[in-house]
Amino acid sequence: MKIPYYPGCTLKTKAKNFEISSIAVAKSLGVEFVEIPRWNCCGAVPSLSSDDLIRHFAPIRNFIRVEEMNKAGIVDNEYRMVTLCAMCYNTLKMSNLRMRRNKEDLDKINDVMYLETEHYKQDVEVVHFLEILKDIDADKLQKNIKNPLPDLKVSPYYGCTLLRPKEIGIDDPEDPKIMENLLTNLSVTLVNNPLKTRCCGSYQVVSDKDIITSLGYDILNNAKRAGAEVIVTSCPLCQFNLDRRQKDIIELHHDFEPIPVLYFTQLMAFLFDLGEESYGFEQNYIDPKKVLNRKELVSN
Amino acid sequence: MSNKLILSDKNVEFTEKVNEISGEVVTLCEQCGTCSGSCPLVAEMDITPSNMMRLVELGDEEVLDTKTFWVCASCFTCTTRCPRGIDIAKVGEALRQIKLRKAIDRIDIKNIAEEDRKILPQVAIVAAFRKFTS
Repeated sequence: MKIPYYPGCTLKTKAKNFEISSIAVAKSLGVEFVEIPRWNCCGAVPSLSSDDLIRHFAPIRNFIRVEEMNKAGIVDNEYRMVTLCAMCYNTLKMSNLRMRRNKEDLDKINDVMYLETEHYKQDVEVVHFLEILKDIDADKLQKNIKNPLPDLKVSPYYGCTLLRPKEIGIDDPEDPKIMENLLTNLSVTLVNNPLKTRCCGSYQVVSDKDIITSLGYDILNNAKRAGAEVIVTSCPLCQFNLDRRQKDIIELHHDFEPIPVLYFTQLMAFLFDLGEESYGFEQNYIDPKKVLNRKELVSN
Repeated sequence: MSNKLILSDKNVEFTEKVNEISGEVVTLCEQCGTCSGSCPLVAEMDITPSNMMRLVELGDEEVLDTKTFWVCASCFTCTTRCPRGIDIAKVGEALRQIKLRKAIDRIDIKNIAEEDRKILPQVAIVAAFRKFTS
């Protein structure tokens, strides 16, 4: 299956490990990510003002690229556009929803985008990689596991942008199960963090790091208290706030024991034994190798 | 004896401005406090989200001098839970926009430590500058 893939800015740089692990995992399951030609930044946050249309241009240009890919035969009648970054997912999907609900807005935007040869026809559906994985048989996932880690205690962390607002969420905003179901199919030990949908503070990290340290401390401690050895997420900003900011948490709380925060696809690539070059662990601040390798020895 | 609250034209105008930008009807708020009880950032705010809603309902422009809507990270927890169906995150955005559209920026790239500039993910910088600058 070939599917248009929207990387976004961070996946090419600070979250390269998310991209390489995802592409490798997808490939091992027979899914080929075809990077959208000439994709542009989505804007990172959705426009929330009713009177501001200009911020929808960037998402819509990307949708037109997907329509063009179909026209050019790069993909075959595949109008789903897969995202990895949860922020991109949210921003793109919110714009798509607004255009569906407000035909007039779309007409205005189509009218003034002189550089586009085609108007956006609203064929595109924004999906997250977790939704693609949801449709893959548990048996198929199981067969790919070469490095089983049944004792590894994994706690999923959703954050905000995959779930809220509920009109665009991939699952129930209060009690999501999509990552839990995936981890169960991957035969690791699932640990529930009651704060798994709590905001990590997001972009406030740019202006007020203390907010992030305080929220992160609570989120990480709740996962650890539930027994988690690693946390998995799908947002490069949550990953940064929860992983990198542990440096500040340790400075404030000397007894704080660090915990690795991975992208769910890094864990999958490791379980599937896809090779070190597809894990990208060197980009994680808290090194996950120690806990994963220890587990590997125990379970073999 | 009942006390009647009389709003000036200026008050009404401000409330309508927020309604217009947010696309919401703030006067639907009944002050139940669900937003404040749900907000993960309420401890960092000077007034609670429900206080913010009340001031907007009353058309009190002093709300623009509070920290609350700047601290809000648009996580949509309040929006998801509001029993009156108000998208409170959008009300916060409207208040930010009212300030930003007067070209009053909240952050300056020069004030971000060099070490942070090196390590921050792009998505954080783009998001912050979209939210905090005009």
